[in-house]
Amino acid sequence: MSVLKKVIASAAVATALLSGPALAQDNTRIALVVKALGIGFFEAAAKGAEEAAAELGGVEIIYTGPTDTTAEGQIEVINALIAQQVDAIAISANDTDALVPTLKKAMDRGITVISWDSGVAPEGRQLHLNPSSNALIGNMIIKLAADHLPDGGEVAVLSATTTATNQNIWIEEMTKVMGDYPGIDVVSTVYGDDLADKSYREAQGLMQAHPELDAIIAPTSVGIVAAAQAVVDAGKVGEVNVTGLGLPSEMAGAIESGASQSFAIWNPIDLGYSATVLAYQLAKGGAVAEPGAEIPMGRMGSLTLDDNNEGAMADPFVYDASNIDAFKSIF
Amino acid sequence: MLRRLLLLRETILIGAILLLLALIATRFPGFIAPRNLAGVFNDTAPLIILALGQMVVILTRCIDLSVAANLALCGMVAAMLNVAMPGLPIPVIIALVIALGAVLGAINGLLVWKLAIPPIVVTLGTMTIFRGIIFLISDGKWVNAHEMGAAFTGFPRAEVLGLSVLSWIALLAVAVFAIMMSRTPLGRSIFAVGGNPHAAVYTGINVGRVQFLAFVLSGALAGLTGYLWVARYAVAYVDIAGGFELEVVAACVIGGISIAGGVGSVGGAVLGAVFLGVVKNALPVINVSPFWQLAISGSAILIAVAFNARAGRTKGRIILKSAEATP
Repeated sequence: MSVLKKVIASAAVATALLSGPALAQDNTRIALVVKALGIGFFEAAAKGAEEAAAELGGVEIIYTGPTDTTAEGQIEVINALIAQQVDAIAISANDTDALVPTLKKAMDRGITVISWDSGVAPEGRQLHLNPSSNALIGNMIIKLAADHLPDGGEVAVLSATTTATNQNIWIEEMTKVMGDYPGIDVVSTVYGDDLADKSYREAQGLMQAHPELDAIIAPTSVGIVAAAQAVVDAGKVGEVNVTGLGLPSEMAGAIESGASQSFAIWNPIDLGYSATVLAYQLAKGGAVAEPGAEIPMGRMGSLTLDDNNEGAMADPFVYDASNIDAFKSIF
Repeated sequence: MLRRLLLLRETILIGAILLLLALIATRFPGFIAPRNLAGVFNDTAPLIILALGQMVVILTRCIDLSVAANLALCGMVAAMLNVAMPGLPIPVIIALVIALGAVLGAINGLLVWKLAIPPIVVTLGTMTIFRGIIFLISDGKWVNAHEMGAAFTGFPRAEVLGLSVLSWIALLAVAVFAIMMSRTPLGRSIFAVGGNPHAAVYTGINVGRVQFLAFVLSGALAGLTGYLWVARYAVAYVDIAGGFELEVVAACVIGGISIAGGVGSVGGAVLGAVFLGVVKNALPVINVSPFWQLAISGSAILIAVAFNARAGRTKGRIILKSAEATP
C-alpha cells in the first residue's frame, strides 16, 4: 500500500506543480497503442489499463491502434498521438524496427514511450515490459504438472517443432529447475510440429509407450489442445493431466472435460494494467528507465530492468475451472 | 499379365507392411494388439479417403495439391455451421461439405479443362486461395471443442462393430471406388485418359471432361474428410492439415500409382496410405529420436518408389489394355 500512497502523493505533487501554468492539462493522457483493434487479448489489456487509470486517478486512457496489424497503420496512429500531445505512449508493436523513427520523434517531443507484449528496438522506447520471462515460464510449466502430483510421477513434454526457439528455451529453463520438484520424472520429449494431427498422434504414442504417465506438458497452443483431445479419446481423463501454455478460449473444452486441470498464459488484464502504471511512473512519477532500475507497478509489484531496459512482469497466470468462464470469451 | 503385375506390386506392399509391423513389435509389442491396429487404421482413415481422390486425379495425368486446403476450408465451414446452427443434423452437414468440396474441386477441374492451365499450377493457386478464404470467413479465429456440439464431434468416434464410424466411412469409400474404377465407364475412361490421351480421344472419350470429373471426385472426398478431420481433432483453424497434400501424394506414389498417369489401383493407394499410417503411428511409440523421424519417413518413401520404378521398367507402358476389356 505504501507504494500506492507514494504514487498518489507524487501524482498530487506533479499535478500541483503543473496546475500553475495556463497550458496545464487536467488529466495525464496515456495512449495504449495495440497491434490492431478488435482483438480480444488487447481489449482485455485495455480493461486493465482503465483499472490502473481509476487507481491512479487523473489519468485518461486513449485506447487506439490500426484496423489491421501493420507497422504503417501504427505509425499513422503514433503521429496522430504526437499531434494531440499525449503524455505517454505504451505500444505493442507490429514491427521491432519500423516504428523506431516515429517513436524517437515522440520522445523528442517529451512524450514517454514504452513498449509491452511485443517490443520495439531499445532506441525507440524507454523500457520494454515482457509479460513473463523464459525462466518464469520454464518453472511454471513444470510447477503446473507437479502441483497435481504430490507424490511425484511421470511427465512428458509435447513441444512444437524441434527447432522452435521459444519452446526449446522454455524446456531448457524447465530442466534447470527440475531439482526443485523431487519425484517428478520427465520421461520423454516429443514434437508435434504445431500440427493438430501430429500432436494428437504423439500424445497417443506417449500414453502407449508410458502407461504410467501422469501428465503431458505442452508449452504450445496447438499441442495442448490436441493432447487434451487425445487424452479424452483414450479414456484417460483423470489419469493423465494435460497442462502447459494455451489460450482460455481454446482450452475451455479441455478444462470442462477434465482432461486439463489447469494451464497458464499471461493475463492481458494484468499486462495492460502494468503497462499503464509504468508509463505513468515514467511520465509523472519521477521514475527513470535505466539498467538496474526498479519501477513500481501497483498491485503487480515492481519491474526490474535489465541491460536492455527490459523487464518481466510476472509468472504466467494460471487458468483452471474456477476462472476459465470469465476468460474464455476474452481471448 | 497386367493383373499379375498389379497383384505383385500389392503383394510387395503387403509384405513391406507386415515386415514393418514385425520390426515394430520387437521394440513395442503392444503395437500389434488388434485394438491398437484398429486405432492405427482409424488414424489413417482420412489419408486413405484423400488418397483415393488423389489416385483418380493422378491417373488422369493431373495432380491435386489443393486437397488439404480444400479439406481445411470445408472443415472450417462445417465447424462454423455447427456453431451457428447447433440444431443442424450431422447428415445435412456432411451432405453440404461434400457438395462444397465438389464445387471447389470443380473449380480446379474447370480451369484445367477449359483454360488448359497445367494442373500443378491451378491447384497450387487454389490451395493458397482456399487457405485465404478460411482466414476471411473465420477472421483467423479458432473454432474450439467447447463450441462444437456433442453430436458433431461424436459422430466419427461412434463405434459400430468394433470400428469407429470414421474407419467405416473409409472402408465404404474404398469399396465404392474399387467398383467405380473396375466396373463403370467413368473408371475405365480414367485409366484410358491417363494411359494415352490421344488414343482415348479416338475412342470417343472427352479427356478434359474426365479430368474435370476426377477433380470433382477428389474435391468431394476432401470436403467429406474436412468434416471428419475437424470433428476428430475437435478444433478448426486456418492451418489444419497444413502440408497434408504432400502426404496424400506420397501415399499414392508409394502405392504404385504412376505420377505419369494411367497406371495404378485402388488397392495400391489404400496400401500406400496404410504403409505411411503405420510408419507415422509407430515412430512415436518405438522411441526413435524426433530428429530421425523425418529422415526415416523420407527414406521409406524413396525405397518404396525405387521398388515401383524397378517394377515399372520391366513391363513397359501398357496403353488402353484394360480399357479394351470393357465393352
